[in-house]
Amino acid sequence: MNVYPFIVASYAAGILVPAALAIAAWARLRRASLRLAAVDPRAKGNIIRRKRGQA
Amino acid sequence: MLRTTGRRFKSAHPCPKLRDVEPAVAPPAAAPSARGGRGVHRFANPGRFLRFSGQVLPWLAAGGIVLTVVGLFWGAFVAPPDWQQGQAARIMYVHVPAAWLALSGYFALAAASAAALVWRHPLADLAAAEIGPVGACFAALCLVTGSLWGKPMWGAWWVWDARLTSMLVLFFLYLGQIALIRAFDEPARGYRAGAILALIGIVDLPIIHFSVVWWNTLHQGNSLGLFSAPTIYISMLWPLLVTALGYSLGFAAIVLARLRAAVLERRIAALLTARAMGAERRPARGGTEAAGLGAG
Repeated sequence: MNVYPFIVASYAAGILVPAALAIAAWARLRRASLRLAAVDPRAKGNIIRRKRGQA
Repeated sequence: MLRTTGRRFKSAHPCPKLRDVEPAVAPPAAAPSARGGRGVHRFANPGRFLRFSGQVLPWLAAGGIVLTVVGLFWGAFVAPPDWQQGQAARIMYVHVPAAWLALSGYFALAAASAAALVWRHPLADLAAAEIGPVGACFAALCLVTGSLWGKPMWGAWWVWDARLTSMLVLFFLYLGQIALIRAFDEPARGYRAGAILALIGIVDLPIIHFSVVWWNTLHQGNSLGLFSAPTIYISMLWPLLVTALGYSLGFAAIVLARLRAAVLERRIAALLTARAMGAERRPARGGTEAAGLGAG
């Protein structure tokens, strides 16, 4: 039996599952940061200060 | 509010009448404080956690990506095939780290649940809630890659072997914890029920680990142990360890990112609630006061 399809499927799953989790977590974090910046002006100010390299 | 009792509480109050009275609410013995605290309690403060995770997260993510890519490439193209299993042994470089992460993730989930039940800190509840889905995905990855290994090696996608079955139980425990957290209208009850299930389910971890020792299983025995020399050749051991370390850093980065997002979402909800309550109060006060925003 040719085992290469099984190996390829395993590596595809081993890359895609963590990648999907990471992208979903990053997107959720970014969405929450932007929403907080829209809701709380102080948080927005913090983000701007951080981008400018200030304390 | 103070009350006098038979058991006196030594205090340094300037008034002699109030010096030897017991407070109605006794001070907690080891409550995590915002400024101080020791060990994990230091990170029970959401602000401190956000600062810490913001600094650590990029390093964890970068290390996880680099080590995972290097380890998987090493395992797929550089490591030698197994003398018995041939090329199919390369599936091990995905399957084994996924299994380790599923087990250690559940241990972390149980630890967070215990911390939530003992100290009742909401950050521990959130941590348990965010570890669950990530651990379930790694448990599913372990089961799927194990199935992909089993078909060419054993001739079957699945057998009701002790190791496989106990791993499937772990996956269902993850699913149960996730479902229980979302099953209640009141989130605190859901977190509590999920934490109790997570603590009960920890008995499955030694069963999974020792299943290949206790029962005659189709699954092969442990190749690595903390207190024994590895039975795996060194040129196959290194890519396995590199991939496992990469997966571990990636797992930690994903959980931290999800936890950061959960803390921010909770803060947004608190701010919006405070704003809505302020807007409700304004007409009663003649509409002169601005709605107060919750502190971040």
